[in-house]
Amino acid sequence: MRAVAKGGALGMGTAGIDRTVLLVVPGALFVILLFVYPFLYGLFLSFAPKQGDLLANYTKFFSTPYLSETIATTLWIALPATLINVGVALPIAFRLRRSTSMQRILTGLLVVPITLGTVLVAEGLLTYLGPQGWFSRILMAAGIVETPVHLTHNYWGVLLSLVITGFPFAFLLILSYITGIDPVLAQAAATLGASPAQRFRHVFLPLLAPGLAIAFCLAFVQAFSVFPSAVLLGAPAGPTRVISIAAYQAAFEDYDYSMASAIAMIMGAVQLAIVVVVLAMRGVSYRGPAGGAKG
Amino acid sequence: MLDTATPAAGGVTAPRAAGTSFGELRLDGVTREFGGIVALAGLTMTVGRGEFITLLGPSGCGKSTALNCIAGLLSLTAGSIWLDDRRIDVLRPEQRGFGMVFQNYALFPHMSVRRNVGFGLAMRRTPREEIRRRVDQVLDLVQLAAHAEKLPGQLSGGQQQRVAIARAIVVQPPLVLMDEPLSNLDAKLRLEMRTELKRIHRELGRSTIYVTHDQDEALSLADRVVMLQEGHVQQIAAPEEIYARPANLDVARFMGYRNLLALDVVRREGGWAVVGGPGIALRGLCQGEVGRRAAVAIRPDDLTLDGGGEDGIAGRVETVEYCGRDYLVDLVTEGGVTLHARSLQRVAPGDVLRCHADPERVLVYPEAPGDAGA
Repeated sequence: MRAVAKGGALGMGTAGIDRTVLLVVPGALFVILLFVYPFLYGLFLSFAPKQGDLLANYTKFFSTPYLSETIATTLWIALPATLINVGVALPIAFRLRRSTSMQRILTGLLVVPITLGTVLVAEGLLTYLGPQGWFSRILMAAGIVETPVHLTHNYWGVLLSLVITGFPFAFLLILSYITGIDPVLAQAAATLGASPAQRFRHVFLPLLAPGLAIAFCLAFVQAFSVFPSAVLLGAPAGPTRVISIAAYQAAFEDYDYSMASAIAMIMGAVQLAIVVVVLAMRGVSYRGPAGGAKG
Repeated sequence: MLDTATPAAGGVTAPRAAGTSFGELRLDGVTREFGGIVALAGLTMTVGRGEFITLLGPSGCGKSTALNCIAGLLSLTAGSIWLDDRRIDVLRPEQRGFGMVFQNYALFPHMSVRRNVGFGLAMRRTPREEIRRRVDQVLDLVQLAAHAEKLPGQLSGGQQQRVAIARAIVVQPPLVLMDEPLSNLDAKLRLEMRTELKRIHRELGRSTIYVTHDQDEALSLADRVVMLQEGHVQQIAAPEEIYARPANLDVARFMGYRNLLALDVVRREGGWAVVGGPGIALRGLCQGEVGRRAAVAIRPDDLTLDGGGEDGIAGRVETVEYCGRDYLVDLVTEGGVTLHARSLQRVAPGDVLRCHADPERVLVYPEAPGDAGA
């Protein structure tokens, strides 16, 4: 839209067609080739099952508890992980909203888990959190527990791994939203008699709400599609048999691409549902600039 | 009734006692440093009840620092602030109960005008009906009653400005602090808002401290002007006095004395001095102990090309600007110094003329001007 308006103003168009619009073509091609086409291909494939009618894959998914339960299993991991990541990142980012050396050190440290990737983190956690790992041994040495704690190959291992890889992401995102709020607003609230808690509740939180919704959605989508850590750190046969594992098994163990596509579609639908709900709540809040004046 | 909800800190009474009935605000050697650099050096002054004080000075003179120290947004490096006999510099900003208007207004963008203005009252847990009544009252005062339900982003700059003022005064603070509130407005609106501020101050009689770098604003609004330069107080005086009798050459330069000349003192007659230089013979008022050399300050408005007499300054006209009422004339003296003068008649570049000044308006300072005639 903007490109059209700008090109038009520059008078580069001929007979109503603006050549600057052509600049969109590479990007549009890229999106069509790498997203729209595979998506539509998968969608159609999911309606062409190996046997049965059009909806056979979907009826099979929802009538087989072994498959349909993966939605709840995944939500049970992804939602707490997202809530922890956003909930813990918010107060920390708020405390570090002023640019200090502490802020720079912490953001630097937190970028590391993002760059390392989930597999490396999962491998590390496997030894660190395992029954014979440091964590367990330290607890035993300190006399806090008597038997080794089991934090791997179960729910907790996956949750911890999602927190470790997802937290920096949520933190950096929320920090950027918080630093975008004019600190003079908090000063104004203070001179009007608002305590620090009231300033947070009445000034920061409402201005931050749209950003928090976005951070929640992105963190959730990331957590919902968990795969490596669910396999490496979890119990992929049972408690952490997430939906992506079901899709993987359908595709590469049963060689039923049609079924795998159907599971992927269901996965996308669940994610979309949650995102829509969160963004709808965001629509209620204020969404203008978070500055004090018109610039 | 006011400020009752504000909690007290560490044994210090809450601003409840302050209410509207304080006698005076006293700053005692208020000093603030930023990383070893002194932004404000030992500001000592008092603000009486209902008084309108402006802190005037060029940017970086420490005037905003002073205001933020009073508001509690900056802690002091040294010194103390007192409200009558209560020390308040140890209180947090929310415990001081002062109203503040910020340069960029700092309106809460997510709240309607009504909620913005009522914010201070809500924080004081004022009953809802009373908030409504008082907000309506103050919106009437700033003539924004029709815009009560709008968001700040939907208002013009001048309207936002008035919301900011309404928000600061609705809590009936003992002291209103304003940090260059008109600097973001265009020239015409600035004049209107200046009159508006004057009216609001007259109607409410709140003690006000107003920070500005605009001397017109300072002179027209203030009961007293505090002139600051590089963190130091230069002069505290009524507008008339600071305009006619600047305490030193720096203040004179800032107050529009554009003609600054380094001259020899020919003789002294009581409070008067006769000064001279190449083609220059002037009589002026001594400002302090004048020795053999002096710095002379004259406003362009007081240096006229009209009238006769043997004394004055001879010079050749360089440029002439028509200003409507009169002409602004730049002329160069024999000594090569450029002067700015006024003339009712049109003169032509190249003319050699003599300009004159009323001796009452010629200020003779002891020190030598750093950049005389520049």
